[in-house]
Order: sequence, then structure tokens, then C-alpha cells
Amino acid sequence: MHDVAAHEDHKITYFWVWGGLLVLTAAEVILAYRQVFQPVVMLEVLLVLSVVKSALIIGYFMHLKFEKAIMRWMLMISVVACFFIMYFFFFPDAGRILRLGVK
Amino acid sequence: MADATLTHGTAGSVQHGLPGEFEAPFFGAYSKKVGMWLFLASDSLTFGALLFAFSYNRISNPAWPTPFAVESITNATIMTACLLSSSLTMVLAVFAAQRGDKAWTRNWLLGTMLFGTAFAVLHGLEWTHLIDKGMTPFGNPWAPSVPQFGGTFFTLTGMHMLHVTIGVIYLGVIAFRKWFLPVLAVLWIGGYFLIPANNVFHYGIHVLGIGLIVSAVILFLKPKDYDAHDVEVSGLYWHFVDLVWMFIFPLVYLMSTKI
Repeated sequence: MHDVAAHEDHKITYFWVWGGLLVLTAAEVILAYRQVFQPVVMLEVLLVLSVVKSALIIGYFMHLKFEKAIMRWMLMISVVACFFIMYFFFFPDAGRILRLGVK
Repeated sequence: MADATLTHGTAGSVQHGLPGEFEAPFFGAYSKKVGMWLFLASDSLTFGALLFAFSYNRISNPAWPTPFAVESITNATIMTACLLSSSLTMVLAVFAAQRGDKAWTRNWLLGTMLFGTAFAVLHGLEWTHLIDKGMTPFGNPWAPSVPQFGGTFFTLTGMHMLHVTIGVIYLGVIAFRKWFLPVLAVLWIGGYFLIPANNVFHYGIHVLGIGLIVSAVILFLKPKDYDAHDVEVSGLYWHFVDLVWMFIFPLVYLMSTKI
């Protein structure tokens, strides 16, 4: 368990994180309604914003930032590596279908 | 375990709480927390596969329907705010548990459950609205040539809604223990009779019945007063549910907005 007093001192940080997450959500909604990007670019921009939001949730709300380094790195590296593998399987093929059509 | 020394009492029981009794854990955390993290890592791959499948279909189909008008996006944005706020109340519940304040732990957990329930109800209304318009897992009225829309939408959001429901039951058990079981029973039976028979949630409400049986088995087989560790572990699960929605909201709703 973490140092309770230290966390109590930093309770305001969690309110800031919550506010930041709401602001990022509002930015996503505005981006979607302005439709400033083509679908593929829009998808990438929204994904980047989602990754930022998820980093805030994992780091602060889930307290991973305060865990031991070995736990942080082993969890993150294994999960992110799996997502990278999925990404390289799915996305190039989806783009290829878009360009060439389904044969 | 070279340095580990288990001190046995005269009755053969292990004495806990002695300094230097156990070897320091590899991850520097207690086993329940590591177990939950490992579960969440595997669950993230389940959602990852569903999200990638949705994105694949979204990109490779130029005729992808965009049925989500202002009302749907507003509804989904409120749902997102509910989940984000529930994460904040969950953090406050963990703090209250760590300082041993049982009353506020229960209050914040109840707040988290209410936000979670609001999310599930709003999502249920959204589903009902879409089904009324003719959307099914096998087709949709907006783009008949893209039947994948209904299938991917209902699978992804349904899986998430199931996680939210399980999360609310989990928090209820942690906060109220056996006192939560009759509440769950009333919600289950009441929901079954109040929801019209032609609504999909007339049958979906049975998830609460399954949750009731599982919770009752756990609570009666291993009755205990849940401590700060249990609250923290349940918080990890709840934040994960919030985290997954941070990807579903932009991918499913914002990528299909009707301008």
C-alpha cells in the first residue's frame, strides 16, 4: 500500500487529471464535428488523443506511476507489444482494401 | 524463497505481520493486485481485438454509415463524463479506504456505482433507439451494403456494457457485502417485469440474476469484511472499464457522426 499521507497531499492532482480528461474529450468531440481530417487521418488523431487519455488513467487513476519499475515496464511492454502486432496485421490490410477494392 | 521464513505457531497456523517474515514480492505489490493487473492485461487484448476489428471495417468500407446525430453524440459525451467522474469518485473511495474511513469508502463507492448505472441506462436507451430504427447485429437501415456495422457495434459496446454491469455489481459487493444481494434481486426481478417484452433488455436484465448467484456464492463461501486492498483492486477493474470507453467513444461514435 502506498503512503496514505503523501497521496492525501496530492489529492488535488486527481481533480486536475479528471479535468484534463474532460477537456480532451471535448477536444475530440469538436474535432469530429468540424471534420477537419479525412477518415484515416481522423482515426489516427483520435487514437493519439485516446492514448494520451489512457496514459493519464493508467498512470494516475490506476496508480501505475507509483508502482515498482519492474511492474510498470513488464505490464506496459507486454501489452503495447501485442497491440503493435495487431496494428501491423490489421491496418495495412484495411488500407489495401480501400485502395484496391475487394477482389 | 531463500530468505523466506514462515513462522509456525503451536497450532500449526502461519503467524502474519512479523517483520522480515516473507520475501519481498517481485512486483513490489500484493498478489491480489498483481493478479488483477494480469487479468486486465489479458482483457485489454480482448477489447483490443474487438477495437481493431471495428477500425478495420470502418477504414475498409467507404460506405460506412454515419447514423450518430447530435442527440447520440450528446448522449455519448454525457456517458463519457459519467465514466470519467466515476473514476474520480473511485479514487476518492480508495483514499477513504486507505485512511480507514469506512463510511466515506461506502459513500464514494456508491457514487461510483450511481455513475456507472447512469452510464449503463443511457447506453441502454441508445441501443433501444437504434434497434427501433431497424438496426440489428446483421444489418442496418442506413447502409445495407455494410452489414458489419451492426455486428461490430453491438459486439463492442455490448461487451463493454457487460463489463460496466459486472463492475457495478463488484463494487456493490465490496461496499455493502451481503446487504447488496437483496438490492440486486429487486433490480433483477423489477427490471424483468418493468422492461417491455419487446425490448432486448427484457432478457439482458438476467445478467443481474447471474451476478446475484455468483455474488451470493462468493459471499457465502468466503464471508469477509473487505479491506483497503480489496477496494484498490476493485478500483483497478473500474478504471479499466473507463479506459476502454476512452477508445470506444471516439472510434465508434465520433468516427460515425452525422453532420
